[in-house]
Amino acid sequence: MIELRDLHKRFGEQVVLDGVDFTVMEGETVALLGESGTGKSVLLKHINGLLHPDVGDIVVDGKHVPSLKRRELSELRSSIGYVFQNGALFDSMNVFENIRFGLSDMDLYNSVDYCRDRVPECLRLVNLEPDVAKKLPAELSGGMRKRVGVARAIAGQPKYLLYDEPTSGLDPLNADIIDNLVTHLAEELGVTSVMVTHDVRGAFRVADRIALLTNGKIALQGTQKEFLESDDEHVKAFLERDFEDTSYAA
Amino acid sequence: MTTALLRFPYVIGRGLTGSLDHVGRVTLLLVEMVRGLPQVRTWFPLTVREAYNVGVGSLFIVLLVSGFAGAVTALQTGYQFTGNIPYYVVGSLVVESVVLELGPVLTGLILAGRIGARYAAELGTMRVTEQIDALESLGRSPASYLVIPRVLAGLIMVPVLVIVADLVGIVSGWWFARQVLPLTDADFVYGARAFWRPFDAYYSLIKAFFFAASITIIPCYMGFSTQHGAEGVGRATTYAVVASSVMILLLDTVLAQILLH
Repeated sequence: MIELRDLHKRFGEQVVLDGVDFTVMEGETVALLGESGTGKSVLLKHINGLLHPDVGDIVVDGKHVPSLKRRELSELRSSIGYVFQNGALFDSMNVFENIRFGLSDMDLYNSVDYCRDRVPECLRLVNLEPDVAKKLPAELSGGMRKRVGVARAIAGQPKYLLYDEPTSGLDPLNADIIDNLVTHLAEELGVTSVMVTHDVRGAFRVADRIALLTNGKIALQGTQKEFLESDDEHVKAFLERDFEDTSYAA
Repeated sequence: MTTALLRFPYVIGRGLTGSLDHVGRVTLLLVEMVRGLPQVRTWFPLTVREAYNVGVGSLFIVLLVSGFAGAVTALQTGYQFTGNIPYYVVGSLVVESVVLELGPVLTGLILAGRIGARYAAELGTMRVTEQIDALESLGRSPASYLVIPRVLAGLIMVPVLVIVADLVGIVSGWWFARQVLPLTDADFVYGARAFWRPFDAYYSLIKAFFFAASITIIPCYMGFSTQHGAEGVGRATTYAVVASSVMILLLDTVLAQILLH
């Protein structure tokens, strides 16, 4: 279970998170919606300790992330897979090495036989051919980079998966592939997932529950039905705008 | 005018806090490095690879610059000699100038551009593309993977390159001095030995060691602190080269004052 309690974060004068309360139950997939620049990625980076809150607490698996020691934080991170917005693949390594790097257990990382089996298995899970393993990140398309990023995140068989804008910058076809992948991984691996996105359609496709971050706070956190029936002005505005965008596209 | 005067303490205060902020964050980076040192299996192979890149990759430019530095020193010394000074002094001047100053400082400045710019650009790009965050999120220490290998490679290879630069500068100065002056090898060697102290060689290496620290630590810090995309990488790279070059000149003065007086 992931729990964020009264989380505050500011960068200089800019207040990004202003008292966020957010909960993700075991085994569920929660989509965190919000406009660009509202602090969704900042919130996500607090969950695995990449950022330290000014005020508030983050509890993952009963562990208080801000007060964890270096080694404890490292252990916790090995149970959290993080999918970065643009993949964040290591340029100097090929796809095989990138995915192998996702193994935080150093015995497994150094086992040639295990890696030879595990890397193609991860590529299969993200619908990529095994021969992609030989390529460098620069030789991959945007969609493939994101999928390799997912493959690296799941290599260590994490309990939690955090997705940072997994479909941003992708065409609708590739966005659908990633959305299906999120659902498929949640079902096949039984992971607890948090997906940060501004794609309402994708969020409704994959998430058990949806939260909306606006003005540094969670405006609403609930099921799709609760979200659609909400009277909250921010939620309504967000949904209406997405509806307009979709109409325009149609 | 009054407003400008009122703003003056604010500007000074802001500059001071900014400088202290940099000092604090560089110190934290060094602490991270020390914490990462026990992970020898991680940083050792990377250090070997990086040392090869720094050493072999910089050899040509170091040979070129030190060769020209020795040559110019000999040629200009010859030009200034008007007959009252014995020619063997050229040997003293070339050797002392190259070993005490030109070898380490020119090598340092060249490497600040070559290595410093590369380190800052590499790490800055890794920062803005979230590769450093990815390392952390995978439970790895960025210091062990990225900073220790680069700093250690510099600390090992820059002194080696300075030794090469000193030798090439002396040989080059010797050869050119013989071309422009009626100077024998015996004269040059006599002059070189007349003012030579073994400490001069140590001094050259001590300087090289300090220059190596500024050529590597400052760019690594700048790269780690990069923000705001490609423009930020460009800015970090420029600052890294300028700051490490200025630091080399400052250290040059401070070390001369401390070690030679």
